[in-house]
Amino acid sequence: MAKGVLVDLTKCIGCRGCQISCKGWNEMSAQKTVMAGDLTNPPRLNAHCYTHIRFQEDEKEGGPVWSFVKDQCFHCKNPACASACPVGALKKTEKGPVTYTFERCIGCRYCMLACPFYIPKYEWEKVVPWIRKCTFCSERIAADLVPACIKTCPTGTMIFGELDDMLKEGRDRITANPGKYVNHIYGEKEAGGTSWMYLSAVPFEWLGFNTRIPAKELPDLTWAYIAKIPAVIGVVLVAGAATWAITRRNQNMDKEE
Amino acid sequence: MTSHKDIKMWTPTTLVLLLIMGLGGLVIIYRLMHGLGAATNLNDRFPWGLWIGIDVLGGVAMAAGGFLIAGAVYILNWKKYKPIVRPAILNAFFGYALAATAIMFDIGVPWRVWHPVVMWQIHSIMWVVAIHVVLYTTTLATESSPMIFEKLKMEGAKKTVYAIMVPIVLFGVLLSTLHQSSLGAVYLIAPAKLSPLWYSSQLPTLFLVSAVMMGLSMVSLETILSSRAFNHKPDMAILSGLARGILIAAVIYLTLKFIKLFKGGIGMAFDGSMEANMYLLEMAVGTIAPIVLLFMKNIRENLNSILFVDTLVIAGIILNRLNVSIFGVYRNQAATGLSYFPSWMEFVVTLAFISFSIVGFKVCAKYLRLFPETEGGH
Repeated sequence: MAKGVLVDLTKCIGCRGCQISCKGWNEMSAQKTVMAGDLTNPPRLNAHCYTHIRFQEDEKEGGPVWSFVKDQCFHCKNPACASACPVGALKKTEKGPVTYTFERCIGCRYCMLACPFYIPKYEWEKVVPWIRKCTFCSERIAADLVPACIKTCPTGTMIFGELDDMLKEGRDRITANPGKYVNHIYGEKEAGGTSWMYLSAVPFEWLGFNTRIPAKELPDLTWAYIAKIPAVIGVVLVAGAATWAITRRNQNMDKEE
Repeated sequence: MTSHKDIKMWTPTTLVLLLIMGLGGLVIIYRLMHGLGAATNLNDRFPWGLWIGIDVLGGVAMAAGGFLIAGAVYILNWKKYKPIVRPAILNAFFGYALAATAIMFDIGVPWRVWHPVVMWQIHSIMWVVAIHVVLYTTTLATESSPMIFEKLKMEGAKKTVYAIMVPIVLFGVLLSTLHQSSLGAVYLIAPAKLSPLWYSSQLPTLFLVSAVMMGLSMVSLETILSSRAFNHKPDMAILSGLARGILIAAVIYLTLKFIKLFKGGIGMAFDGSMEANMYLLEMAVGTIAPIVLLFMKNIRENLNSILFVDTLVIAGIILNRLNVSIFGVYRNQAATGLSYFPSWMEFVVTLAFISFSIVGFKVCAKYLRLFPETEGGH
């Protein structure tokens, strides 16, 4: 069955062990970085970095609040990127991960536009570029192992298990700790639901989460159009043929007169 | 080789266009050798830029004249427009050639451009778009082929194509309706990214109607410009008919846009933001000014003012495509510090494609019988 992750941001201490293990498991090279004004490093996910910890400073009740946010692919239940892909390079797998097959990819980058979370990245510097994004360690999950970043986390910020159980755990934690969390599990409803879900002590918009993402499966938006195509074909062909027949008959009658 | 001596091939303008094409060719070689990152300013927040905005979205919209005029002549039997059916179809062919070639170099792995044809994904708008480009470019080539057969003196082949012209044109009308609208549908999946000024469930219809405006304007513009090149008086009945068509489409478009704006809150168009100003500019130039002008009878009957209105509509609809593809997503995309302005190489390639369309059209006008009715027996 589909796997899921519950990320309890109140438990993250910002050690970035997850970042390191992700790089290691995916055999990605280190990159030269520069200070960008805060401790987030690299400042944005890119083709060589599938996950990072964002350091976010906000104010709550007059004092500063540090939050550490783990960014990676959300692995939507019905992903916009996979529906957008014209060649089936991105696929939602049964166990949860949204995987990528380079051999199919033409590099149109519609997945990058379609993804509401800005997750797919491109190897801009390469002559033969791949789309790159978190794989949810699909090979590890297939081998009944826990994803690398979760395995490394020293504080248990992330728990991994059946998607439904993770959602239930999230709800239980909110109920059991009144006032500790905002009453919102990010990822429960966003984009129709995602495999990665978040608990937070501060409102998600403070943490840079996009809270304007509709609570419906995004592929339905384009399917509404595609589903009408057969009807359009029928109407245009019938109406066109009928018009042609009528105008030709009228013309022939004109000639006879 | 017979040709029209009225059209001089080696004019200074043509030479400049050829120079731009040459430069564009070099940039494309550079892009193929060093990748998109080296040649363009595209980045992870702006995966699509100038080439998609102008070459693909603009090129396809510009091509709408082809299916409209072909449909009017062969399906509606409006014989009045017969003299412009060849240039309209040829214009459409160049529009699609522009879009298809631009896509070739914009995608990361150009030699896999055929993948959608064998790897069907009926849930993907991009797949729908890709299949339409293939089918409709083939249709346009077939519709244009009689001119070539005529040149090659292959009367049999020409007769065969004319014998099946009506179903081909009907097929073309169908494909165009779907393709113009599906390009708008591409953006349906990005409700949280595209500004509400442009995002609408009606995007497919809006793209189709605005393509009708732009396509008819292109045909009208070409009719006037080529009549000047050929030194003959253009048929005012055709031009005022086209102007009426533009006016009707523009009124429908404006109505749809108004409904959308009122639903979303009219204030968002006047909040002084960059998006709001771009929206107002687009609507003023491409829709409102043309409607006001075309309602005046003396404007509809004056060559220079028709030419001016055509230019307004073309500029306005290109601006619309740029707004949807770049300016409308700018705020959300740039929030994390990545911004986008096209590199000089992107500009050169876009200009080179446009130059290619102009020179290509000119070569065809010189060597093919593009206006058989008005030329008599050349």
